[in-house]
Amino acid sequence: MGLVKMQKSLQDYTKSLFLEGILDSQFLQLQQLQDESNPDFVSQVVTLFFQDSDRILNDLSLSLDQQVVDFKKVDPHVHQLKGSSSSIGAQRVKNACVVFRNFCEQQNIEACHRWLQQVKQEYYLVKNRLETLFKLEQQIVASGGMIVAFEPGF
Amino acid sequence: MGRETESQFHVLAVDDSLFDRKMIERLLQKSSCQADESSHDPNATSTSPETHQEVEINLIITDYCMPGMTGYDLLKKVKESAAFKSIPVVIMSSENVPSRISRCLEEGAEEFFLKPVKLADLTKLKPHMMKTKMKKENEKLTKEENEVSKPEIKEDSTVIEILPLHQELESEQHEPMLSSNKRKAIEEVISTDRSRPKYNDITTSV
Repeated sequence: MGLVKMQKSLQDYTKSLFLEGILDSQFLQLQQLQDESNPDFVSQVVTLFFQDSDRILNDLSLSLDQQVVDFKKVDPHVHQLKGSSSSIGAQRVKNACVVFRNFCEQQNIEACHRWLQQVKQEYYLVKNRLETLFKLEQQIVASGGMIVAFEPGF
Repeated sequence: MGRETESQFHVLAVDDSLFDRKMIERLLQKSSCQADESSHDPNATSTSPETHQEVEINLIITDYCMPGMTGYDLLKKVKESAAFKSIPVVIMSSENVPSRISRCLEEGAEEFFLKPVKLADLTKLKPHMMKTKMKKENEKLTKEENEVSKPEIKEDSTVIEILPLHQELESEQHEPMLSSNKRKAIEEVISTDRSRPKYNDITTSV
């Protein structure tokens, strides 16, 4: 595939993530922070997000599976996940965290279990999509091309 | 008659999340790059940071929700401390609670940012950074008036360091630690030649 085509694919793919609500404008803020002095900033910070989130989701599963759920432990985890997903622009993950957190406050265990699954689902979705996006970028760079900043135009 | 003026700007970022610290570090770097036009003269005598045992903090930016101590608690401690109370404090929170915000501002916080913090938010900090920088330069001028005048080279360099702090400020003698690697990086920045782009003036460490 030619370079121009690859770059168009990347633009279209990125655009679709916005249109599906998987990413929001905060992701554009991240891209603004990337430049020649910090060419890998977005992937670095997203990788940190993945590492953090994997750990948090694991901790949350364990906490909710306890005989007696300690909601005081659960809440800071959800708060952290909500915060970092918001900073990345992972809109759907953030929204699911908001609902999840409400049920935690109500100490509704059943609903918490359900919504943890929701959060996980949205998380794996955005993780998958971003990994694909980074692969597309790598292909472009490997072919000697440059990553053009995404212009939402909407 | 110019003076050799060199100001290093140190930001203390307090947040229990490494992710958030990385974000704020980059935001500060980027916003400062846009703010400052720095000129470098390779012949200027630079103050070796290795002779500085103490690091002076010029700005504290802290998260509100932290285990053990809130950003508000930290703010209070800073304002009650004779050594630190003149340092501007900025508080960040992912939660929009108006009473929380006004309480922090009343206690003396310079700004309150809602997370996720954006580049545009940090432009609000520019006047605080400039104010502190000017103050330091003036202090230096007064001091140097009594010394033998050196070759006239005006040099401005802004170095931003992010020093994570997990613990409470226990005593007024608390000094953030700089590893020797970071000091080396600062020294390299100061001695680079003029043709390098401006953002090389910024050093961060997390």
